[in-house]
Amino acid sequence: MGEPAIKLGGKRKSVFMDKVKELLPEGGNLDLCLTCGACSSGCPATGIGGMDARKFLRMAALGMDEELLKSDWAWHCTMCMRCIYVCPMKINIPQLVFNVRGSRPREDRPKGILGSCDMALRNDTCSAMGATEEDFQFVVEDVLEEYREAQPEFKDMQAPVNKQGAYYFLNQNSREPVTEPDEMVPLWKILHLVGADWTYGTKGWAAENYCMFMADNEAWKHIVEVKAKAVDDLGCKVWLNTE
Amino acid sequence: MFAVRAGLQKFNISHNFEIQSIIQLYAQWVREGKLKVNSDWNKDLKVKFTVQDPCQLVRKTFGDPVAEDLRYVVKSVVGEENFIDMVPNRSNNYCCGGGGGFLQAGMPEERRKYGEMKANQILNTGAAYCITPCHNCHAQVHDLSEIRHHPWQTTHLWTLIALSLGVLGEAEREYLGEDLKNVAMYGA
Repeated sequence: MGEPAIKLGGKRKSVFMDKVKELLPEGGNLDLCLTCGACSSGCPATGIGGMDARKFLRMAALGMDEELLKSDWAWHCTMCMRCIYVCPMKINIPQLVFNVRGSRPREDRPKGILGSCDMALRNDTCSAMGATEEDFQFVVEDVLEEYREAQPEFKDMQAPVNKQGAYYFLNQNSREPVTEPDEMVPLWKILHLVGADWTYGTKGWAAENYCMFMADNEAWKHIVEVKAKAVDDLGCKVWLNTE
Repeated sequence: MFAVRAGLQKFNISHNFEIQSIIQLYAQWVREGKLKVNSDWNKDLKVKFTVQDPCQLVRKTFGDPVAEDLRYVVKSVVGEENFIDMVPNRSNNYCCGGGGGFLQAGMPEERRKYGEMKANQILNTGAAYCITPCHNCHAQVHDLSEIRHHPWQTTHLWTLIALSLGVLGEAEREYLGEDLKNVAMYGA
């Protein structure tokens, strides 16, 4: 048998959900739950730590703030939005999760995510792996040179950096330049063969953004501002994601 | 991509550009004949492929149209008869468990538990390869395969596009299995 049912006290203990409702359009529909369970039945995080999406929302609705905020489930949920996609009432559980993440003191959030966010704040590259503008440009030029020499069909291949007025501003996950630079090459070859007008930027090239996952709004905003400025400064028309 | 698109909106950041995924462009370039991919290399080999729908690209951003673009490109590259979709798919697909920072959260046990659903989806297709056009998906799906002693291989889409164009060199095959290490080798 499961654990004994939780007995509810007379009064709601506090009002975390009310605060979140104020932040969201239509209050995120957080109090419209029909308890149908469509969210939980199609969620890979169901059952991890004895929690699921419906339970998480019900706990918020019942004012069980302490248990809710203490739970690690907000970090087991990936905010993939499948629950709101299937929800008949379009309840914004992912935003509830986001705000639970954000309500934990910054220094107590998972160290790996915190470290990746802080690293991205160090340089205008926004690289969560700490790659600098010089590192990135060096790796790109070095790998390009190597392949142009070794593969004759690609002797004219380009991997432009800071090319003013290029149509596409291409980003790149830090993983490639930092740990597996050869993985950039198939992408360059494709762009070369179609004749795309593209560029990397030394600023804002890193695709990842752990500050959003951290639910650190200020840091997330900063990262997006740096990236947007990098694209606009080069006059590019399209910010092109490799994913 | 989601972080930028959602961030521009949420924080009302002015900008003069549009946001696109290269998956959309791959599809456009194949349709226009600029990207001359074909699946002849796999006609006799019949290596089977499935594809992961990245949440941030499909459900969270462009929806089913980009999932169709993704399938159009994959089928052009590996052959329609060699593509097996996982179930559920497109906007209904499940997250692999690599998103939301989970890969960096220091909770590998929970992350792999989360990934069981994805691993079973992939195993049920019987495909030899899962194409993952997203970095988090790639790392997670690769890890899910590794802890099961590699019942499937996990590759980026650009690897297979380049392979089908005959321009994929030796050093660019890190994520291909033994069966494809030498197929359609550039310069051979």
